[in-house]
Amino acid sequence: MNAFTELLNGFATAAHPTNLLYAFLGVLLGTAIGVLPGIGPAMTIALLLPLTYSLEPTQAFIMFAGIYYGGMYGGSTTSILLNTPGESASVVTAIEGNKMARRGRAAAALATAAIGSFVAGTIGTLGLALLAPAVVKLAIKMGAPDYFAVMVLAFIAVTTVLGSSKVRGLAALAIGLLIGLIGIDPTSGQQRLTLGIPELADGIDVVVVAVGLFAVGEALWIAAHLRRTPAEIIPVGAARMNREDWRRSWKPWLRGTVIGFPFGAIPAGGAEIPTFLSYVTEKKLTKHPEEFGKGAIEGVAGPEATNNASAAGGLVPLLTLGIPTTATAAVMLGAFQGYGIQPGPRLLQTQPELVWGLVASLFIGNAILLALNLPLAPMWAKLLRIPRPYLYAGILFFASIGAYAANLSTFDLWLLLVLGGLGFAMRRYGLPVVPAIIGIILGPTAEEQMRRALQISDGEVSGLYNTWFSKAVYVVILLVLVVPPLVGWIRNRRRPKDNDVLQHAEKTGD
Amino acid sequence: MSTPSTSVKQGRSELGVALLLLVLGGWAVVDALRLTEQQSPGPIDAKTIPLVVGGLLILTAVLLAIDVLRGGRGEQEAGEDVDLGHGSDWKTLGLLAAAFLANILLIDRLGWPISGAVLFFGTAFALGSRHLIRNAIISIVLSVGSWYLFNLALGIALPVGILKGIL
Repeated sequence: MNAFTELLNGFATAAHPTNLLYAFLGVLLGTAIGVLPGIGPAMTIALLLPLTYSLEPTQAFIMFAGIYYGGMYGGSTTSILLNTPGESASVVTAIEGNKMARRGRAAAALATAAIGSFVAGTIGTLGLALLAPAVVKLAIKMGAPDYFAVMVLAFIAVTTVLGSSKVRGLAALAIGLLIGLIGIDPTSGQQRLTLGIPELADGIDVVVVAVGLFAVGEALWIAAHLRRTPAEIIPVGAARMNREDWRRSWKPWLRGTVIGFPFGAIPAGGAEIPTFLSYVTEKKLTKHPEEFGKGAIEGVAGPEATNNASAAGGLVPLLTLGIPTTATAAVMLGAFQGYGIQPGPRLLQTQPELVWGLVASLFIGNAILLALNLPLAPMWAKLLRIPRPYLYAGILFFASIGAYAANLSTFDLWLLLVLGGLGFAMRRYGLPVVPAIIGIILGPTAEEQMRRALQISDGEVSGLYNTWFSKAVYVVILLVLVVPPLVGWIRNRRRPKDNDVLQHAEKTGD
Repeated sequence: MSTPSTSVKQGRSELGVALLLLVLGGWAVVDALRLTEQQSPGPIDAKTIPLVVGGLLILTAVLLAIDVLRGGRGEQEAGEDVDLGHGSDWKTLGLLAAAFLANILLIDRLGWPISGAVLFFGTAFALGSRHLIRNAIISIVLSVGSWYLFNLALGIALPVGILKGIL
């Protein structure tokens, strides 16, 4: 069966009325939670995970599809109406988006973001549907050394790309790997780093980790620095664009999609670089260069489309290789594992209904998102006015339910507090949270693949790089390590002005 | 950005992060060395990766300490509601932690409808909300509502505690 018929079957699954309802609920909740200040897409998924505990896997993932896109769109609404964005992928959107809003063009900014997200999300999902089977064909031939190399690439990319300090990124990754080691070693059956506590033998539940580091850590951090004067929110009507806006937006949407999708699909560290690339491209190609820096619509349309296309692209390595490239994807992977499903090349054969149902739901969720968000923009804007004590009390309240409901044990609440404290300290001292999450979730699999590779090679270190694919990946890793500092050095010498924007973008890694 | 004295003080607490990394790394190494070698197939056994990760933690601890001593500082996370103009507000944090602990200690004894309400009321109070009556009503509605949502709609049995038979 080819991808097209599979996809049609997926639509048949997703179009079932109950499943449609879950997709709709997912989009609605995802947007509503994602729009709240300080809550990024990864945290949205982590907080909403408990709602899916009692669902069948297929329905749960259909709901996730909605939450995924909804949470992302919610984040961009926040950054346009409030400026200072809570997640790194929306940083670039905020640059022009908030300026537009300040000039009274909030409705157009939100509309171009919503329609751009729809266009990019739809093309990106189509790309996912076409690319996934091809990647699976390649992935099925991949051996342990190849997997291990790709995971090393994911570790390196996420550590070097995010945040301004590489040492701190590496420290965060190491902390994550350490937490990932806690529990019984699957190969030898011995307990590692459990301190003799029986609850730790199974490892730490991924929901508890994600909710603790993201939700509790964030709530504690913000509580300790709560702004006493409320942030300024720009009022907005229903999101819409005029003919001129359309004319100026459609090309940036398509260019953004083209830039974003490949960056998401390779395991190389999230949406920061492509959104920035898109911003620079639009700035160069625009016929209205004078508007850039004062609220140019191209500067919202391009990066926002890029962001969504890269999110769709990120599902390719997640579903076909089981490798997450962003925090959001890592939480999704954790959710898969919670259902006893291991994403990887065999997933498409063993669970075709689930995978293609998920892909079809991404299309449907995207359409629901558009239909919902254009008219509902004023309502989302109202959510930004929620009194901050209630907002952060609510986050801690739902974080506690989520962590407790995972295993119905108070031990997880203690863990939640410890991890929340860790998340607080990481925010205080500039350790990015994303490498830690990737380390926790990917670390155990990486260890398994490394052991398998060395077992096959009988202990020879060359067993880690004796295939052409792994060799190629290590070359890429070398490039990732060497090229960005080199480019930064050249850019520093040539154009100090553009660098300001890049540095701004680097400041807000979450 | 800050006066020299606070910068020195901040530097000292940044070194604390390096110390924490060092301790974690040491823990990984010590824990790994106590593992037995046999019964694991393949050339690398259960202790290899913990040793590598422990080594990585110790390495980052050293690198971070060097960075801090050379004047490097971690960049505090900014955000919509974050005002980095003043230091951490320890009183708010203490109250928050107290509300959180109260929930942990009460949830199995009194049940979620009560402990959850205490949690929400306490955290809202800690964050500066002083509409006591309104907050109490919101807290109870939220905790009882979420109890019904999880127990009836989602089939997850949150503890009912002393309200058994009433809810």
